[in-house]
Amino acid sequence: MGKFNKSADTRSVPELNTASMPDLVFAILFFFMVTVSMRSETLIVKYTLPTASEVQKLEKKSLVTYINIGIPLDPRLGTGTRMQLNDKLAEVSDIQDYIAQEKSRLNEADQQFMTVSIKADENTRMKYISDVKQALRKAYALKISYSARKGEN
Amino acid sequence: MAKKKKRKTPNLNSSSMADVSFLLLTFFLMTSSMDTDSGLARRLPPPPQSEEQLQKMDVQRRNLMVVLVNYQNQIMVRTQAGDEWYNNIAEMEGKGGKVRLKDKVKEFVLNPNNRPDLPELIEEDFGPPIGKVLVTSDHVISLQNDATTSYKAYIAVQNELVKAYNELRDEAAKKYFGRSYKELLPDQQELINKVYPQRISEAEPKDYKQQGGGK
Repeated sequence: MGKFNKSADTRSVPELNTASMPDLVFAILFFFMVTVSMRSETLIVKYTLPTASEVQKLEKKSLVTYINIGIPLDPRLGTGTRMQLNDKLAEVSDIQDYIAQEKSRLNEADQQFMTVSIKADENTRMKYISDVKQALRKAYALKISYSARKGEN
Repeated sequence: MAKKKKRKTPNLNSSSMADVSFLLLTFFLMTSSMDTDSGLARRLPPPPQSEEQLQKMDVQRRNLMVVLVNYQNQIMVRTQAGDEWYNNIAEMEGKGGKVRLKDKVKEFVLNPNNRPDLPELIEEDFGPPIGKVLVTSDHVISLQNDATTSYKAYIAVQNELVKAYNELRDEAAKKYFGRSYKELLPDQQELINKVYPQRISEAEPKDYKQQGGGK
């Protein structure tokens, strides 16, 4: 009996080893940190978006193509309004190729839902925006969104 | 020698490590989705097939509202019922005592008193909850700008137009469904959108060359 008791004492349930838990969580953390910043491009033009109160959120990020319009960060590139497509400065005439290229990355069913988000500085002259709009029309990228910050006005 | 063997270095207690890393994880999860892009959605017309088609766009005078933003960011609104002139954006938003552009647009779209110089009211059937309603389905708001109009002013005017439509839709939603537009189901929202379709046309600027003259 004494022997029996003794064995019951020592045979307790072993504790779950949680030493590897932090490693697991860190792995997930790094995964998120890497994937989240994957599709953000480095801006080489600077812009302040205009404010608007009636903005809508753009739903599917994978269907959105960005056009950034503003003044180059590097003063050597001039102080005029320039446009950035895919990490480099471009002219209005490059839009058609850019849209065609972005469209071909999507599958065929999604191509009609492609949205072009125009992120332009609030002091841009409308001539530039109109030229961009005309180019987008020619490229059949008809769904556009004037990017704006949510604000009161 | 025997004494030294007994003094073991204690293990570092790492049970809180998991908590710390979970905290970091949740922080990144929450902050990363914050910079979603937002903006005013628009649909451009398809490119013109030929030069002749450019001119061809017949709208009855009473159905047309022209909103012109000029190079000094002044705004002119022309309808058959009369013109309105705003000197700057603040005035357009009702801060200068003039009738706000939003209210002008709402009156234009609704035509509540069936005036002959505001858009034509046509009876349309929208199905069960709404039924037959008089709507101005042919109205067009034409937004025009000069070459040197600032983007900020242009967006402010766009925003004001969208706001007018949003308020109309909200009122309709309360009237027919007893709830605000945001709380409606997607197909109910679509029905309301059919009653008040956004008919904003963004024309190309008239002529750039005239701008150079400084007139």
